[in-house]
Amino acid sequence: MADFISRRPIWSIVIAIAVALLLALVFAVWSPGMEAVLGRKRVFLSALFNGVTLGALYFLVASGFTLIFGLMRNVNLAHGSLYLFGGYVGYSAGALTGSWLVALLVAFLAAAIVGVLMQVLLFRWMEGEDLRQTLVTIGLSIIFADLLLWSYGGDTFQVTTPDWLSGPVQLPFVVALRSNGEAVMMTYPLVRIAILVGAVATGVLMWLALNRTRVGMLVRAGVDDRDMLAATGVRVQLIFILIFAFGAGLAGVAGVVGGTFQSLQPGEDSKILLSSLVVVIVGGMGSIPGAAMGALIVGLAEQFGSVYMPTYAVMLTFIIMVAVLTVRPQGLAARR
Amino acid sequence: MRKALLAAVAACSLMTTGAVQAQEKLKIGVMATLSGALTSGGEDGVRGIQIAAKQAGNKIAGREIEIITVATDASPDSALRGARKLVEQDKVQLIIGPLSGSEGIAMRDYSKTVPNLVMINGSSGALETTFVNPSPNFFRFNSDGAQWMAGLGEYVLKDKGYKKISVIAEDYSFPYTQVFGFALGYCKAGGQIVQRQWVPLGTKDFGSVIANIPDDVDAVFLGLGGGDAVNFLNQYSQTGGKAKFIGGSIMADQTVLSSKGAAKRLLVGTPTSSGVADAWDDPRWKAFVKLYQDAFPADKRFASPSLFATNYYNAFNALAIAMGKINGDLSDGGAKLRAELAKVELDAPNGKVRLDGNRQAIATTFITEVAELPNGDLINKVVRTVPDVTQTLGLTPEAFKAVGLPSRTNPECKP
Repeated sequence: MADFISRRPIWSIVIAIAVALLLALVFAVWSPGMEAVLGRKRVFLSALFNGVTLGALYFLVASGFTLIFGLMRNVNLAHGSLYLFGGYVGYSAGALTGSWLVALLVAFLAAAIVGVLMQVLLFRWMEGEDLRQTLVTIGLSIIFADLLLWSYGGDTFQVTTPDWLSGPVQLPFVVALRSNGEAVMMTYPLVRIAILVGAVATGVLMWLALNRTRVGMLVRAGVDDRDMLAATGVRVQLIFILIFAFGAGLAGVAGVVGGTFQSLQPGEDSKILLSSLVVVIVGGMGSIPGAAMGALIVGLAEQFGSVYMPTYAVMLTFIIMVAVLTVRPQGLAARR
Repeated sequence: MRKALLAAVAACSLMTTGAVQAQEKLKIGVMATLSGALTSGGEDGVRGIQIAAKQAGNKIAGREIEIITVATDASPDSALRGARKLVEQDKVQLIIGPLSGSEGIAMRDYSKTVPNLVMINGSSGALETTFVNPSPNFFRFNSDGAQWMAGLGEYVLKDKGYKKISVIAEDYSFPYTQVFGFALGYCKAGGQIVQRQWVPLGTKDFGSVIANIPDDVDAVFLGLGGGDAVNFLNQYSQTGGKAKFIGGSIMADQTVLSSKGAAKRLLVGTPTSSGVADAWDDPRWKAFVKLYQDAFPADKRFASPSLFATNYYNAFNALAIAMGKINGDLSDGGAKLRAELAKVELDAPNGKVRLDGNRQAIATTFITEVAELPNGDLINKVVRTVPDVTQTLGLTPEAFKAVGLPSRTNPECKP
């Protein structure tokens, strides 16, 4: 932190001002003049919160994606299929047992097993052949999409929100003042807050695991130089399988999460794959903090876009991607 | 080598005999939205075809029929792909479909390029499909989205007292047409639309849209359908909102009222209008409901046939009647069939249907309200029926044209 400030004083000031401005916008009671320019405060706040929770979902998917890429140099274009597969399996498990947590667990395990099979049966045999791996993953994603359509049909599925997570909560942000001076507080769906907290916890745990444990050290070493790591006698294949299982499992969990506060249907796989591609391109391939940053930016861009410029909302994400590629082609948080 | 040659000859002969046999059957192409947001509607449309075919003994004009279904996803290009596949690959001359508004407009244009094709609309309801440059071989035996809204505006204003509303609807031709039809009546009677939010078909996240609903409106008009409608209701119930709703024709119908989850209960008491009403006590409708319920097990159908099942059912029957009149003779490229179809008057389960000069239906509209049955099913009970609604909604063609075509902003809402 101190290092960053001393290296980039101007950028630090810009970031500090932006953060201060944002906090002021969030906590201040808006004057009529501000409402005229920015619209009602409730709309702004809800776009902000929705953007952050959407970013949380994207982070869950993209962190696995970027981890797999960072370690194995495998652009897994079937990652979206793992998301949808996990979502459907979680839906079935949830409908069967009535428990949301069981649904999450089953989705993680099922997607992780599929991920392990993909690594052991396919990618292991074409290591280092980037183009071949990419083409195989595209093929897999098409096969998965058709298999899922075959077994679950084209209908929209929604994972039931558990009772203890449904309904709204009141947040300590004033959105408006009534004529008698009484403050109207912001209400927000509890389930979205839970998802946000869950994603942040996952992110922190992943960071700790990567930076504070032995396995994390091996993974980091693998990202930097796979061949040297193998030469020192570490069983790289085992780490590969582990990471693939974990990344795929996260995608599966994200499927259940996405199916809870949005919904599941054919076509979601490619949509979420596209989002996570944009996320990792913006954040930097192979970097977990980059995935978090990219997910936040893309989520916020989508939500603010849909509120303030609905017609061009779809374009906004890609404009950001193009801008990042122009200014910093390696991504915002990449080291190289 | 000789063996291979022989095998090839044998295979060829097999294939030709297969083709001859298939020729004897009358092929009918059916297009329905079997993926995307409107899947549940498409599936019910196919059920409508199935019961109509079963009722007809799987025969039209004495010929066995073969139904070839193609799946679309409510986008015009998926409809175009589907229709091309039916015409070019399956050599189909009769098509029932499509289901969704913008698909209908694409099919109007496509049908013009295949002169001997006869197309009967499945359930699509955009105004332009039959109103602007209509195609001579496209027939629509259901009302359009604006006709289905006839009388609803006056009803919610006068009887419900909703003086100020906002609109949330999907961003394509059918919801434009619905809001158009609703606003014509509502605004003329003195109602006010303060905001219109258009969301893409297949929207997942309604959070910002919900936050954007103004606080001071009496009700919110929802022009959503299928998966989008269910998504919206789920997310709305999560925010704990308490707004009153007005439903578009596919917002509060069986595709949503039969969906899983509890969010649909938010719709109880919602006024809506459409080409069908679940609880209409007409004997013909009741017979149709029974036919539908008996044909499928309870978990493979809705509580009562939806607008989509009814429209596809009617389309099939209109085709069967016209084909019967000409003894199934399509050798003239369908000219006789088209002439007969234009004359068909359907005694349909949802009231009498006849066609106008643009081959567009003149039919009944039902104004309904969602009610809960003792067994927990949600149904639409009839408030009033509006018979013989024309495409110009009772206006002269000139006056109707002067309003302009449905769009995000048209018609303006000036009381």
